[in-house]
Amino acid sequence: MSSASNATDAAVIKSFAAIPALLEQAPALIVRGRLLDCDCLLGPTGHPFHATIRAGRIVDLTPAPVLMRSWRFAYRATPAAWAAYWQSEPRPGWHDLLALTKRGEAMLEGDLHPFMAHLQYFKDVLALPRHHFTVAA
Amino acid sequence: MNGTIEPMVGRYVHVDIGGEMHRIYFEEAGAGIPLLCLHTAGSDARQWRHLLADAEFAKNFRIIAFDMPWHGKSNPPASWTGEEYQLTTARYTETIRAFCHALKLEKPVVMGCSIGGRIVLNLAIDHAAEFRALIGLEAADFQAPWYDTTWLNRPDVHGGEVCAALVSGLIAPQSPDVTRTETLWGYKQGGPGVFKGDLYFYRVDGDLRGRVETIDTKVCPLFLLTGEYDFSCTPEDTKRTAAAIGGASVTIMEQLGHFPMSENPEQFRRYISPVLGEILKQSMQHRQGVQV
Repeated sequence: MSSASNATDAAVIKSFAAIPALLEQAPALIVRGRLLDCDCLLGPTGHPFHATIRAGRIVDLTPAPVLMRSWRFAYRATPAAWAAYWQSEPRPGWHDLLALTKRGEAMLEGDLHPFMAHLQYFKDVLALPRHHFTVAA
Repeated sequence: MNGTIEPMVGRYVHVDIGGEMHRIYFEEAGAGIPLLCLHTAGSDARQWRHLLADAEFAKNFRIIAFDMPWHGKSNPPASWTGEEYQLTTARYTETIRAFCHALKLEKPVVMGCSIGGRIVLNLAIDHAAEFRALIGLEAADFQAPWYDTTWLNRPDVHGGEVCAALVSGLIAPQSPDVTRTETLWGYKQGGPGVFKGDLYFYRVDGDLRGRVETIDTKVCPLFLLTGEYDFSCTPEDTKRTAAAIGGASVTIMEQLGHFPMSENPEQFRRYISPVLGEILKQSMQHRQGVQV
């Protein structure tokens, strides 16, 4: 693996770990997820996180794998896809979670009900690193 | 009077569709060449309000936009008893032609977006001689599905929220927040199962692959314009469709998605203005030719 892709992977993992704190700064988004309690798997394909969501807050975000931890749904995308999605002005086809699944850069699996019932919430939560994302030179 | 009043006027016309009268709401502005505008699946004719308010276009075009039955202010027909709504190619085509007949529109231009763009292709295939020009926005003969439409209408998921959230990704990131929000509001207000029913035409019944080759653009000019951020009807889908049609004009619109006329009216105007100008020029040349 090249040093450039290593740097992208590291930057994506670091940005994911910062999402719970960014969400705490977005009270309107928390309100939108106020009825959501869900354990899900989110993140880069090779290094996803177990997210514990309670009343719209991410109360725990732990790198996978965790022994025998269950999840209801998983949304995992390539590091390149997250890096593109988090650009302040994403390129066409890289600008939406479902654009990424359509182009094969992301996988959506499991029981999709919590994801679909709170689709805009998840789109917006997973876009929180936009405007903050940088890859170390 | 102190308030600003916009130029479009809304009225109802009673239209015979399939042997039953439908009370159809439409808005219009301007005078000249009839320009009939078709809204996207699951929304209504408010998407065209910026075009309807365009004073320059209104000098030469009678701009008209109607709500399809089940959409906006056009209620379902009186005979409807709650069964599942499903739009078909035949029904959609019949509705447009019946509306044009009811208003006695003479050789109108029809401009449709998304499902409206798809049906424009069907009009070009089967009824080209009835129209002055056809404009398909976000139009293709077929698109690969990218979600399961059963999510759009089920009791345990809010229909308005999920419809809007699904299509939100089809809006270009550069589109202003205010017009993005308004575009999505149309989806949040749709009746239960209506967006899903429209997509029956889009996904199941309206596959035009293998038929668009018969379009003769010498009978009726065809203009196709697609936003670069539309990942539902991609620029590649439109280009592939146009490649099978001799003489079709194709434009890929930058910084626009699946709802050009409503998500970013200013940006859309940059692209539709030359198309309407070309139609006006051709129309005037034709009229002069007839007079000579």
